Amino acid sequence: MRTLNLQRILASLVLATGLAMASSASLAHEKEGIESGLSGRVPMPVHNANTDKGDECVQPEEVMRRDHMKFILHQRDKTMHEGIRTTQYSLKNCVDCHADAKTGSVLGKEGFCESCHAYAAIKLDCFECHSAVREAAAVTPPSAARNLVSPQKMAGVPVKGKKHEH
Amino acid sequence: MNINRRQFLGMGGAAVAAVTLAPGFKLIELAQARSPEEATSSLHRWGLLIDSSKCADGCTSCVSACADENGIQSHNRPATDAQWIRKVTLKDKQTGHVQTLPLMCQHCEEPPCVDVCPTGASFKRADGIVLVDKHICIGCRYCMMACPYKARSFIHEVTTGQKSHAPRGKGTVESCTLCVHKVDRGDGSTACADACKKEGHEAILFGDLKDPSSEISKRLASQPSTQLRADLKLNTGVRYQGI
Repeated sequence: MRTLNLQRILASLVLATGLAMASSASLAHEKEGIESGLSGRVPMPVHNANTDKGDECVQPEEVMRRDHMKFILHQRDKTMHEGIRTTQYSLKNCVDCHADAKTGSVLGKEGFCESCHAYAAIKLDCFECHSAVREAAAVTPPSAARNLVSPQKMAGVPVKGKKHEH
Repeated sequence: MNINRRQFLGMGGAAVAAVTLAPGFKLIELAQARSPEEATSSLHRWGLLIDSSKCADGCTSCVSACADENGIQSHNRPATDAQWIRKVTLKDKQTGHVQTLPLMCQHCEEPPCVDVCPTGASFKRADGIVLVDKHICIGCRYCMMACPYKARSFIHEVTTGQKSHAPRGKGTVESCTLCVHKVDRGDGSTACADACKKEGHEAILFGDLKDPSSEISKRLASQPSTQLRADLKLNTGVRYQGI
């Protein structure tokens, strides 16, 4: 009876140590994965954001990872309705800092925003309306330039024979 | 340093005396440029004064300047392309006299577009600028029907190449913002007014309707002007002369 108990205790001890070792190993893997973009088992998002602008974001990295959408949402209403245009949490400021060094955009496969949002499968609506391009790099692309409205057309001036009367 | 109540009141009295000692010199100036962290206030009301007698027939520089400033693109479909400013030609049928004028959002004090908006997307800022919060806009277009000036446009197509100060997107309604980004920056002008001045016409004047010392207020006080559809009693922020 006594030997059986001893055996049980030994077995559970071995199991516990094994579990602890395994979990610490996987934690280390995860941490490494976030930093390098690679992991033993799971691919992590890789971005190519410009790093010249400084080492620190407007909040610590852990806070930004979890809560960036809250800051942007709050700022959005302040700016839109009250005209408060502080840059700390403005989307424009995010883009200016985090845009890709090559493309000047936060979108694209290795873009700062899109890489992570694609990875987490969270739809990114901001840039359907907002410019995803750093302001200095925001040059009208040739395809869009073709579509630029002619002032006459926009003003409705040359529409033949149609004049507004009253 | 410890100050008792009596000393504190005494200091307050001295400050008031300092204000009254120098008449004509305002200690608190209503500056044009707000600091970025300061909210808009109803101490201002921004508006335009448009002199249609100075507006040249065939000139569309205000329209193109507006498109450039706000990144408005055409899809070569005039019926549905966004229009923030239109040049309207007026013809007196009896005399044959023709004149043109730019027509944009009139930034009403009582905007019908705000009244009908079911989501609160259409709103008026404290300083009188009427805007669409595109985050809330569901694209129902009630405001377009309510606007007597046909000032609003619905965006039918996916937009690209937006300016960072002027977000625009498919499925929302938009109109003249009175160059709100320039107003907030303290530029004291709009793209259309600047362009008109550059062309040498000076038909469009931007300014603060609530500041009696502004040029627009002085001109409105000394010269006749009209509101378009004044019968609707909307108290428009855009006024016209020479119609």
